[in-house]
Amino acid sequence: MSATLATTPATAPPAEPPPRVVPTRRAGQWTAAGLVLVLLALGLVSVVRNEAFQWDVVAAYFTSASVLRGLGLTLWLTALVMVLGFALGTLLAVLRLSANPVLRAVSWGYVWFFRSTPILVQLLFWFNIGALYPQILGVNTVNLLGPVAVAVLGLTLHEAAYAAEVVRGGILSVDRGQIEAAESLGLGRRRRLSRIVLPQAMRAIVPPAGNMLIGTLKGTSIVSVIAVQDLLYSTQLVYHRTYEVIPLLLVATLWYVAVTSVLGIGQHYVERHYARGTAGAR
Amino acid sequence: MALTSDPPAETSDPPAAGTSDPPAVESAVKDPRTAAPAPADLVVVPVRHPWRWVAVVVTAVLLVQFAHGLVTNPGWEWDVFAAFFTAETILRAVWVTLQLTFYGTALGFAVGIVLAFMRLSASPFLRSVAFGYIWAFRSIPLIVQLLFWFNLAYLYKELSIGIPFGPGFVSFDTMGLVGEMSAAVLGLALHQAAYAAEIVRGGVLSVDHGQSEAAASLGIPRLRQVRRIVLPQAMRSILPNAANEIISLFKGTSIVSVMAIGELFYQVQVVYGRNGRVVPLLMVATAWYVLLTTALSVVQHYVERHYAKGSVR
Amino acid sequence: MSSVTADPKPKVEIRGVHKNFGPLHVLRGIDLDVRAGEVTVVLGPSGSGKSTLLRTVNHLEKVDGGTVSVDGTLVGYRRSGNKLYELREREILKQRTRIGFVFQNFHLFPHLTVLENIVEAPVSALKRRRKDAEAAARQLLDRVGLADKAEAYPKQLSGGQQQRVAIARALALEPGLLLFDEPTSALDPELVGEVLDVIKDLAASGTTMIVVTHEIGFAREVADTVVFMDEGRIVEQGPPAEVLDAPRHERTRAFLSKVL
Repeated sequence: MSATLATTPATAPPAEPPPRVVPTRRAGQWTAAGLVLVLLALGLVSVVRNEAFQWDVVAAYFTSASVLRGLGLTLWLTALVMVLGFALGTLLAVLRLSANPVLRAVSWGYVWFFRSTPILVQLLFWFNIGALYPQILGVNTVNLLGPVAVAVLGLTLHEAAYAAEVVRGGILSVDRGQIEAAESLGLGRRRRLSRIVLPQAMRAIVPPAGNMLIGTLKGTSIVSVIAVQDLLYSTQLVYHRTYEVIPLLLVATLWYVAVTSVLGIGQHYVERHYARGTAGAR
Repeated sequence: MALTSDPPAETSDPPAAGTSDPPAVESAVKDPRTAAPAPADLVVVPVRHPWRWVAVVVTAVLLVQFAHGLVTNPGWEWDVFAAFFTAETILRAVWVTLQLTFYGTALGFAVGIVLAFMRLSASPFLRSVAFGYIWAFRSIPLIVQLLFWFNLAYLYKELSIGIPFGPGFVSFDTMGLVGEMSAAVLGLALHQAAYAAEIVRGGVLSVDHGQSEAAASLGIPRLRQVRRIVLPQAMRSILPNAANEIISLFKGTSIVSVMAIGELFYQVQVVYGRNGRVVPLLMVATAWYVLLTTALSVVQHYVERHYAKGSVR
Repeated sequence: MSSVTADPKPKVEIRGVHKNFGPLHVLRGIDLDVRAGEVTVVLGPSGSGKSTLLRTVNHLEKVDGGTVSVDGTLVGYRRSGNKLYELREREILKQRTRIGFVFQNFHLFPHLTVLENIVEAPVSALKRRRKDAEAAARQLLDRVGLADKAEAYPKQLSGGQQQRVAIARALALEPGLLLFDEPTSALDPELVGEVLDVIKDLAASGTTMIVVTHEIGFAREVADTVVFMDEGRIVEQGPPAEVLDAPRHERTRAFLSKVL
């Protein structure tokens, strides 16, 4: 209400402050949150306070030489199995897509069989192959295939079956028009595959392959069953001696979580990179 | 500036030869210049693939050799295999395996659905807790998780229910409560829950957001929206992945053998520990696993087909 | 445009072509000749089989009956007596280097630059030297008005630009015949003109072309022959003035009235 009425014929009423927005109360959400909070607190307190966890033991063994060696073997196994597994898997994928029905059937059969049996069973089978073929090429099988070799063999063959499906899915994801364009330009089969299809297939292959990497890392823990000194077995060796089962299992747990988390972060960025520019393609 | 190899040709006004003036609904008019026989008389001879035959022969030879080895190599001991394939201990163990799979899946998906909706909720706290659970349980190998739960009894001598931080009302002695079977189911279920949560969440997210918007603009209440509009469509994405998880869990039961529970793989090891016939007993286990996973895959195929009705892809 | 005394052999001869997709009888006996240097435009409602017909010419679709010949040579087969021997893929690919095909959705290779797209076929299929192929490619790019885009990636170009690159890519093989499968149907309206200009340019230079399209104005301007197809048959064909302005058949009239 200005005192100077000068030009404005009518005075505007005093502007009220705009009404305040009051957000809705979410009773259900707060209750749920409260419940979870209580459970968490209970869990945390019990974990921290329970003597059976023996955090001092955990700390002592976390960076001990044998554990670190075991971790090293785990990482080495993971890398080797991934490389070999995907090499074999790519071959299987190409066979599965070949024009020759025999090759297609063989590839399908392999994938079906090696995905239908648990890795543990496969591993033990290769471990005991000496009973079937006591000698390979004149050398005693037992000497030829030590536990580590068996581990690599078993894990690779298992991995290849899954890798084959991932690579095949990637190749199939390439737009059919690309292949037609290449065909109509007179490009030969091998050139089509290597120059046009595979590079584009990578977008669909890399994200699931990243997941498989994490899975393979965890999967290597199974070799502990045939006494290969990976991370898990190294901790088992200790607790078989000292009976401090939980703390040593925790050591293994913490290492696995640490490594998979690092890999998971990498995976996250890889997926983001490959999803760029696509409207959530697959 | 010729772009093609043709010299600039003369184009004549009359149209391409072939049709005559009267209304020709059929376009099959013979061109008088060519004396070729009618196309229908030509026989098509398909292309030959000599290398294909070579591959067939080589593969056949290899397969025959392998089959021959299967039959003649004494190491396989097929008689032992036949004896044990339907032995009572084995069949009981298969049943235990199936039970573990069933309970593990049911409990796992129950927890998983809760986690999924926690992750989809508007509360950042609930989201983080769910994320933390999923992160933890997907980062630890199953065998480690199972060993952990198996040894749980030593951790918690007593479990009591009551006021938090206060006196307990009822106590249990854990050694009795968390028997091996329960530990196994618990371990499998909690591990499964993390993967189930991601599958359910992925399925819900895959439903076009426009669906929820349409439902909301029609005034449909939220819970009904989820139940009647979103979840049925989410199933299309959830089910194939869920089926894969179930098969995966089924195979994962073999790891439960480290807890000395009488599922299939453990039982097989017990038998060959006793009679030393490792290979045929391993093949018994293999055969059962292959049989059952294939059966599960067939079921999966039909379920997927059912839920794919009405979709484009 | 003086007429030659003896009719030259047609560049493309299509005789009694049938094609089925499962139970669907898509092409029901097509006979068509295309003379060298002529532009043939094929019109028709969707489902009439015009794209399928085009694709049989460079054997992207196998015919179930009848024959297709380009420059007097059978496409996809070798004739001996009354037997047609299927050609092996290598030979079919060689045939394809003499026929250029432009797709509705361009289908440029997204992971290669524009220049690499154009050079790929001459280098690998025709075994040209890379340097020569690149020089020729740049000339082609200049011709279609995209000289400055040689190092760009397809996704950085507009639809019209991509299609022009696709045309340049097809031309790089110096084919005697060009096939266009609805070249502007996937483009935004304002980009159609630039592509049609390039095609008109090619037509003026005497290239033999078969163009499947909906662009009636283009047909009127450029076509020597207009073919109207419906339900797998050629209903009528003739010069644009006839087919477009004075169609003889009811179906042609009905189609044109909906489109014009």
